[in-house]
Amino acid sequence: MGVKTFKGGVHPYDGKELSKSKPVRELLPKGNLVYPLSQHIGAPATPVVQVGDTVLRGQKIAEASGFVSSPIYSSVSGIVRAIEPRRVAVGDMVNSIVIESDGNFLETGFTEHEDIDALSNEEIIGLIRDAGVVGMGGAGFPTHVKLSPKDPDSIEYIIANCAECEPYLTSDYRRMIEEPEKLVEGMRIVLKLFPKAQGVFGIEDNKPDCIKKLSELVKDERRMSVQPLMTKYPQGGERQLIHAVTGRDINSKMLPADAGCIVDNVETLVAIYNGVRFGKPLMNRIFTVTGDAVADPRNFSICIGTDFSELLEAADGLHTEAKKMIAGGPMMGFALFDLHIPTTKTTSALLCLSEDEASKYETTACINCGRCVEACPEQLVPSRLADYAEHKQFDLFEKWYGLECVECGSCSFGCPARRHLAQSIKSAKKLVLASKRKK
Amino acid sequence: MDQTFHVTSNPHVRAKDDTQRIMLYVIISLLPATGFGIFNFGVKALLLIVITIATCVCSEYIYEKLLHKKSTIGDLSAVVTGLLLALNLPSSFPWWMAVLGGVFAIVVVKMLFGGLGQNFMNPALGARCFLMISFTGAMTNFSEYPGYADVFSGATPLATLKAGGSVDSMRMLLGTIPGTIGETSVIALLIGAIFLILMGVIDLTIPGTYILTFAVFTLLFGGHGFDTGFLTAELCGGGLMLGAFFMATDYVTSPITPMGKVLFGICLGTLTGIFRFFGASAEGVSYAIIFSNLLVPLIERVTIPRAFGIKKERGAKTDGK
Repeated sequence: MGVKTFKGGVHPYDGKELSKSKPVRELLPKGNLVYPLSQHIGAPATPVVQVGDTVLRGQKIAEASGFVSSPIYSSVSGIVRAIEPRRVAVGDMVNSIVIESDGNFLETGFTEHEDIDALSNEEIIGLIRDAGVVGMGGAGFPTHVKLSPKDPDSIEYIIANCAECEPYLTSDYRRMIEEPEKLVEGMRIVLKLFPKAQGVFGIEDNKPDCIKKLSELVKDERRMSVQPLMTKYPQGGERQLIHAVTGRDINSKMLPADAGCIVDNVETLVAIYNGVRFGKPLMNRIFTVTGDAVADPRNFSICIGTDFSELLEAADGLHTEAKKMIAGGPMMGFALFDLHIPTTKTTSALLCLSEDEASKYETTACINCGRCVEACPEQLVPSRLADYAEHKQFDLFEKWYGLECVECGSCSFGCPARRHLAQSIKSAKKLVLASKRKK
Repeated sequence: MDQTFHVTSNPHVRAKDDTQRIMLYVIISLLPATGFGIFNFGVKALLLIVITIATCVCSEYIYEKLLHKKSTIGDLSAVVTGLLLALNLPSSFPWWMAVLGGVFAIVVVKMLFGGLGQNFMNPALGARCFLMISFTGAMTNFSEYPGYADVFSGATPLATLKAGGSVDSMRMLLGTIPGTIGETSVIALLIGAIFLILMGVIDLTIPGTYILTFAVFTLLFGGHGFDTGFLTAELCGGGLMLGAFFMATDYVTSPITPMGKVLFGICLGTLTGIFRFFGASAEGVSYAIIFSNLLVPLIERVTIPRAFGIKKERGAKTDGK
């Protein structure tokens, strides 16, 4: 099977060697845990506990407030101390439930389902919804919505996004190395919902050990296969991954289901398995603490809600001054201004860099070199789009397909004039979309 | 942990290449041709090269100083312009005219339009055409050729061809022929071009379509039918190789859209053919390039690339081709 990919993209320094060989270690939180009510795309969850309530690990503390929404569960046992706005990784203040852990991690009971085949599709989707599973790669789209397309028979591919194309991140890698069986079982559950679909694990070829391990596991599975992908950013972008695996193209107005595809991230498939098989809601995830400023880069299994600063401490803190702290990877992650930020279902890493390349260089004149055009996985002309964005020429911005931007940052990465192309385009995109909604 | 950190929009990392490094690659790629030019035409060529580069860099520096702007000579683009201008001059060219050309390239063609990135015409070629019109005699005086002057009696191979004579293709490849300082050696130019392609500075789209279109044009309208000797001489002669790989590929003055690059190359090939075979002069590359530079905004407007996943609309005009 050949290595597949998409057109465009860039090759940033991948930094994965810092943490890839470190086995996942379970980390128990010490301080308070914070659960933002909006950790997913859609309506914020509604609290079902009050300040002063005692909660158990695995107890629902906020429920979904609509179809496109997701419940939230406590990852510790303890007492609800506050329900108040707290700063989250993207910088916004979000209403959050604050729980003080009693350190005992007492769990509520969970309902196991040994025979998954006995469950109906509706029951499975209900279990996934009740487990609070959302896309854990970063977007946070509620998984039960994704698994409920209009026409389930039109779904031909379930793609497991095992690309992990963001530099430095190794959480998916560790999961594939340590617990690939759970990933395969998660895929089996999703495949049960879509009888006409094939399950494909798309893995970048810089992880040959994962490709080998998963290929071995699925060699007798009629409906599953492994697809090696070229190591190139953003290979794990949904549209790029679908193109690489199936050759089908979707644009900003389409859903993967329109091309007969459903894409789920590694952690999401594992969460589906835990939710359906063991009735365990989403309370933990794998998290990487890494970067050249970190003393001992590591992978942890964390309780969702743990403070970022605790995670850095667990990795022995910094051994040199960090100029930049990033929630997520260096290409699409969010810069943090302090570390008192809670982890959520979608945060996969804390990256501490001793150098901030984004502000280190001065922007110079665009020389029209076209590197942004070559890098753009959406085949746009970023330098022109950024010009139109900066001059507020939104009609031209749309004419040159500015709304198709996936905000991957490849254009800014490669720009020799150090222009902040992605930033300008992102801002203009927001303005254009907002004015469209108004109309 | 109450310190604050840098906060910027993503991405948080950058590639190594910046404008200065790209310009440095271009300078390095021109060294084989420059070296050969000095070997071929002697110290006078070296002197002319030094003069034009110094003029270009100084003009940019003084212009920005006078206007209280931040100096941009560090990006090395003025060095590239100066070097390219010198490579487009005959070695016998008077130094003061070269100075005039350098000032024209930087001040008139580049800085008055807003500096690097804003000029609509290749500065070196704009200056070459300015000098060609102003000092036609000095610009076309190739008599000062140290070796083999008897063979060519001061005429460039293309002029000889145009007059109905014949030329030695092997020597045109090597470059031991009269011409401007940097244009004569096809081999030296190709070595530089390969370096630029390997370093990812240019790709083959523009030079490829340019040379291919010109070759087809030559076979159709060159008046020699399918004469490979004539074709080789036309491809190796004049400024075609220098122009195709080093000046038509100038980022600022060529289209940024992928289809636009193809269209641009076709324009260049066709115009060069028209100028060479139907014009009064045996040369045509520099005029073809600056003329096509002017078409770039139009070319880009009709070649907006369709974004990934956007299907061609029904009844919509085919773009580009």
